Amino acid sequence: MGTYIPHTDDEVGRMLAFLGLSSLDELFAVVPEALRLQRGLELADGVGEPDVLAGFDQYAERNRARSDRLVCFAGGGAYDHEIPSVTRALAGRSEFVTSYTPYQPEVAQGVLQAVFEFQTMVARLAGLPIANASLYDGGSAAVEAVNLGSAASGRQAVWVSAGIHPHWRQMLATASAGTGHRISTVPLVDGTTAWPDDDLDGGEAPGVLMVGYPNYLGCLEDLAAARRICDRTGALLVVGADPVSAGLLRSPGEWGADVVVGEGQVFGTALGFGGPYLGLFACASAHVRRLPGRLVGETADVDGRRAYVTTLRAREQDIRREKATSNVCTNQTLMAVTAAVQLGWLGTSGLAELARRCAQATHYTRHGLLALDGVTAYAEAPVLREFAVRLPVPAALVVDRMADAGFLAGIPLDEGFDGGEAALLVAVTERRTREEIDAYLTAMSKAARP
Amino acid sequence: MSGLTGDANRGAPGGRANSAPLLGREEEPTLFELSHPGRRSWSFRTSEVPEIPLDELVPESHRRSEPVRLPEMSERDLVAHFTRLSHRQFSVDLGAYPLGSCTMKYNPKVCDTVAALPGLATVHPAAPASLTQGWLGLLVDLEETLCEITSMAAATLQPAAGAAGELTGLLLMRAWHAAQRSARHKVIIPDSAHGTNPASVTLAGYEVVTVPSDQRGCVDMAALEAALDEDVAGIMLTNPNTLGLFEEDIAAIAAAVHRVGGLLYYDGANLNAILGVVRPGDMGFDIVHMNLHKTFATPHGGGGPGAGPVAVSERLVPFLPGPRAVRTESDQQAPVYQWQMPPRSIGRVHTWHGNALVLARALAYILANGGDGLRHIAQIAVLNANWIRQRLSTSYDVPFDRPCMHEVVLSASTIKQAHGVRALDVAKRLLEEGFHAPTVYFPLIVDEALMVEPTETESPQTLESLAQAFERIAAEATGENGGDMAEYPRSTPVRRVDEARAARSLVPTFDARG
Repeated sequence: MGTYIPHTDDEVGRMLAFLGLSSLDELFAVVPEALRLQRGLELADGVGEPDVLAGFDQYAERNRARSDRLVCFAGGGAYDHEIPSVTRALAGRSEFVTSYTPYQPEVAQGVLQAVFEFQTMVARLAGLPIANASLYDGGSAAVEAVNLGSAASGRQAVWVSAGIHPHWRQMLATASAGTGHRISTVPLVDGTTAWPDDDLDGGEAPGVLMVGYPNYLGCLEDLAAARRICDRTGALLVVGADPVSAGLLRSPGEWGADVVVGEGQVFGTALGFGGPYLGLFACASAHVRRLPGRLVGETADVDGRRAYVTTLRAREQDIRREKATSNVCTNQTLMAVTAAVQLGWLGTSGLAELARRCAQATHYTRHGLLALDGVTAYAEAPVLREFAVRLPVPAALVVDRMADAGFLAGIPLDEGFDGGEAALLVAVTERRTREEIDAYLTAMSKAARP
Repeated sequence: MSGLTGDANRGAPGGRANSAPLLGREEEPTLFELSHPGRRSWSFRTSEVPEIPLDELVPESHRRSEPVRLPEMSERDLVAHFTRLSHRQFSVDLGAYPLGSCTMKYNPKVCDTVAALPGLATVHPAAPASLTQGWLGLLVDLEETLCEITSMAAATLQPAAGAAGELTGLLLMRAWHAAQRSARHKVIIPDSAHGTNPASVTLAGYEVVTVPSDQRGCVDMAALEAALDEDVAGIMLTNPNTLGLFEEDIAAIAAAVHRVGGLLYYDGANLNAILGVVRPGDMGFDIVHMNLHKTFATPHGGGGPGAGPVAVSERLVPFLPGPRAVRTESDQQAPVYQWQMPPRSIGRVHTWHGNALVLARALAYILANGGDGLRHIAQIAVLNANWIRQRLSTSYDVPFDRPCMHEVVLSASTIKQAHGVRALDVAKRLLEEGFHAPTVYFPLIVDEALMVEPTETESPQTLESLAQAFERIAAEATGENGGDMAEYPRSTPVRRVDEARAARSLVPTFDARG
């Protein structure tokens, strides 16, 4: 016990004597006796590192769906991309890992500058001038975008495309219990959002429109159409964008997005069973004073040397308290630093090549799957790095069968999607080789047999 | 005098956890200035996937005309850049970080190894329960452990940070009252509360009612009684509170809040002080959030990731976010786990299952320490804080001069009145000494606050050296050279930073530079 406590018994005794005490228990004299735990915690005794690791090996061994054992064709907002040694090494440096939020900029220039570089690259990906220091994950960024959009438009009605990740939509619903936002889900037709023709007919004008690019089914949405509705109604356009696809696609900012949110896990962060991930958040300059979370800005020190500091702090909860733009304090800085390293590793040509390889592998896989008996397209809209297919058997059964063949076949669409139980969402990253894809198709030809 | 013998300053046997100066004195160009067209680091697997023309892949109307401009770097230059940046960054691994309310304790390396295990780190979050039994079992084991530590019935592990936990807890409060068909609109928080509390209250659709602290630094019972009525949904408390003081009247507070039908929310920011000594559930709390990145030593990553699980008493379990990992009846030897949505769930508060690898680290830390070890952590954390309080009580004001828990709030009030040296100056001067600064100007109710939380992992020798640094600073501030204090820090990578300019002429990206 007490493995990480340096004090010897003798030192503890001398410190207690300095305080005029004779036992450690006396330190807690202020805690009413009746409340104190009269027994020890009912937890196992502490063990050394080898035993801790042995225990975790057992947890690890019971996870079959690890990407080094099952070849990963699952996506849905979490992707099996290359994480090079250089990203692991740099993002794992303990100066980045074991520091706190940069409250003292004089000794936090490392994290502050890395986040400044991250913000610059996220803004470029989004095609917007402002990006924050990160939020918890894609879903939390979507929640904050709705909060910003509603405050900016002064309206509570929110139109969310059914092509937004179902988990993000569930988070929006949860948050709306507190904020009072009225969220309407706009259905998909053939994979893309079917916005109402007459947007004000009988209903209230939306303050926010949210749409994916590409959407959850991998389809490319008509952002110009969404922008037109925003221009007519005065709503803000929030685009949930895949930042890898940005390597090929026109940026959401170019399409007229007011806010862009996304899941930044794709830039160097492990699948990790869903976290910690990285919420990306970018917006137009007009909204900077409503920005949620931290923002790093460039300034100078007293000697005129370039320096970085968290700025526009008056938005934040520790100063503005109940009038703050959000309650976010701790964010996902280490993942932002990781993304900065990964984007530096990719560079201009690497991001384009990454997106291109994903698109080619996705096309090849989709073409092969649609050639199988009974497998049909879920939607005909153009897809980039992910797609859904209808299967002649339940998708969950196919996933089980495919695991025995060595693959994580994809994600069954949830019941919210038309025909979801027999539809599978498939993602193919740059890490999938032709050999793996061909083997996947062969296995699918058996697993998806009625 | 201090109970510790010898000159325990730098280099003394027994440890030295400070680091002055940091290496990185040179300004570091940005990635964008280091970029050189044509350089590259990336490499991908050899794929041999047959390719088709891009025009057939992506309609031209969707394609970008210019590539996204990113840095073009050799791997060697990329490594040099981020390594130099790391030299401009203070961290727990370098030295003591007595940042009050943040519990910046040492982060054991074994937890890094756990978080890097391929069997945990490469698991896709949407893989079915049948293929992720290890992860579900880990989450259930952690949930049960946290419930034992807090005396609660069940917990959600989804919230990604403390503030996310607060909002989750308040939405649980709202759902509970709605189920009782009780429309309540106020939440009480003490004036010493962290700013996330009122911000979360607003997001949960409630109004903030602030109650003052009394002369002893605890909730003013008379003011609380006066604020309590049937409109009150609940109260948010940190205990020990942000002054580092235990709310001795907690049983009476709980009874009073429960009497009007309100719920008690425990902000777990300061849980480190009471591990294994007293449990929030036994104090009468209904909802508890924990900051695993504080109490359970998961590294804070320069501002995150954290993890903010929320544990609740029995009556709130049906409302927890979901899906939750649960153990099911099984006739097999090994337990079987599955996902389950609580019947009256408030919904989802994380895209997936929470910051899973942070959760794994926390469980590893708890298993390494064990039940007795956790209690010892609280004891030594409180011992270290009280030693600092006693030692510095002659050189600084101690506004609430009674035994503290894991942290002590000092004040530079007298020093300021006499010599104009502020808490900020003391903090900046301490950076020069190789220590991180304490939290300053918080809690808001203390003038010139210096909030010191040494944590249990700093040795007596480091405490001695920290105390000597504080004393030197007080002596300087009250001596002839007191006027020099604004000159510090001098040997840090940058000196005092112009924060007003950053806000006035906003440069949030490299592209916004003039």
